[in-house]
Amino acid sequence: MALLEISKIDVFYGRVQALRAVTLSVDAGEIVALIGSNGAGKTTTLRTISGLMHPTGGKIVFDGRELQQTKAHEIVKTGICQSPEGRRLFPRMTVFDNLMMGTYARKELSGLQDDIANVYELFPRLKERTKQLAGTLSGGEQQMLAIGRALMAHPKLLMLDEPSLGLAPILVETIFRVCTDINAKGMPILLVEQNASKALEIAHRAYVLETGSIVQTGTGKELLSSPDVQRAYLGM
Amino acid sequence: MGTIGEAVRRRRSGLRAGVAGRILDFALIAIIAAFLILLGTKVVAQGGSFFVQILTFAVANGGIYALIALGYTMVYGIIELINFAHGDVFAFGAFLSGSLLPIFGLREGGAFTPVSAVALLAVFALTMLACAFLNISIERIAYRPLRHAPRLAPLITAVGVSFFLEGALFLWKGPSNVHYPNILPNAGFELFGATIGVKDLLVIGISLILMFALGLFVQRSRLGKAMRATAQDRDAALLMGIDIDRTIAATFFIGAILAGAGGTMYGLYYNTSVFDLGFSAGLVAFTAAVFGGIGNIYGAAIGGMVIGMIRTFWDGYFDSAWTDVMIFTILILVLIFRPTGLLGMRVPEK
Repeated sequence: MALLEISKIDVFYGRVQALRAVTLSVDAGEIVALIGSNGAGKTTTLRTISGLMHPTGGKIVFDGRELQQTKAHEIVKTGICQSPEGRRLFPRMTVFDNLMMGTYARKELSGLQDDIANVYELFPRLKERTKQLAGTLSGGEQQMLAIGRALMAHPKLLMLDEPSLGLAPILVETIFRVCTDINAKGMPILLVEQNASKALEIAHRAYVLETGSIVQTGTGKELLSSPDVQRAYLGM
Repeated sequence: MGTIGEAVRRRRSGLRAGVAGRILDFALIAIIAAFLILLGTKVVAQGGSFFVQILTFAVANGGIYALIALGYTMVYGIIELINFAHGDVFAFGAFLSGSLLPIFGLREGGAFTPVSAVALLAVFALTMLACAFLNISIERIAYRPLRHAPRLAPLITAVGVSFFLEGALFLWKGPSNVHYPNILPNAGFELFGATIGVKDLLVIGISLILMFALGLFVQRSRLGKAMRATAQDRDAALLMGIDIDRTIAATFFIGAILAGAGGTMYGLYYNTSVFDLGFSAGLVAFTAAVFGGIGNIYGAAIGGMVIGMIRTFWDGYFDSAWTDVMIFTILILVLIFRPTGLLGMRVPEK
């Protein structure tokens, strides 16, 4: 049994169907990438796993628990935390307070100092700006903070929604390197990306989402060399 | 979040930026300066002891308005709704505590003993709790079902709830002014020729303590942090594991606790209340919240204080018949010249 097992979920925005029988899974220790074009349903998938939306059909099982109708704030407690699309920081709180908000759902609050230190080690830039309001950070710093905040929750599964969006190439490198580093320490990651080539390079497995349905799946390497993926997402 | 909220914010920050913003600020400062100069000549003409007396009344009055304004601004901050019923919750507090006093053995003309002090404390506590439960019921019944409705729906509903409460208060104690038992000793002490009464000190003391406690609560407590987070980004707050419904209810609860204390103090201070007190006092407090920068609790505290003081100074030095005209002129001027209010958002949203 995989850590996260989604089977055949249907999700609607009003009468518009956003996801059609989406099935995917994430195993312990994996980086799983979800790629696809704008509006394919990548963010909707993450929002549904996080409980911000609820599927009308299908199942979401995480760590042996069915979550498809669980409320968002309860889902965090089961160990799923995401760095959402657009970062969604608390703009009028400091960097430090944003990180501390990440621990809100944690029952075990020991080792906070170490956790903060770990985040600052991953992103030294945040340490310099610890007392700065999050709304005044640059885009790249905000992304680092969003990832750091999610890590502070001690998740069993980390979900990242478009972490490279709008960032300078050098920062994109940093973010993907950090993803691999975190994963190397055992953190499973579900990664949503428009930057398909980068995502597929670091992913163990990947899914391709098109207009709400999974159309292809395989290891990162397989998809990188798949002609369909190359044509549609890698611009080859 | 909401498109209207965003549009307003963008328009506001647009207004604030650039040369136009500076000219607007300058015009506002000029108007305030003109008023202060006018006031100054009057103050000099009337003498120092009158000024100290008016200042005492002004701070007490400002404290009460600040407590009400906080409830408006906290609710606006978290769900971008002007809770028009908030003023009526305050009036309910004045009515309820007026009726509770005799039950707790506090009668007009009776000696004020340490036992009376404890009884008064109990009246405060009961009134604050009753107001809090009234306000969370309002949220549960009238606003929560409309959480995802277009913004105008809860706003109109709030006006409706306000009318409903005023009707209930009307049925309870009738259309005319209701006498509120004058239970506090009329003792006081002299300061620069002015009399500072027990009432003044009680009102000023309690409102300052409550505001300080609120500040600590919002900055330090877990629930306070959840409230700030929810106000800044609701979805992000959910993703951190914050129970939004509970946090919003808590905001209504705390706002009404302050309104309940304010209502009790209003009664104790002015010894009168009336069924539509919530409308008149509510509008002034709402003006104060806008003046301070709606959504910002420090702004509401300062705005309430300033508006209450302006009211009292106008009553004392000018014609009290024009006081409300003055207050709403300020509201209009603030909306024109500084739509973000005194301490409006200074940090970009994203």
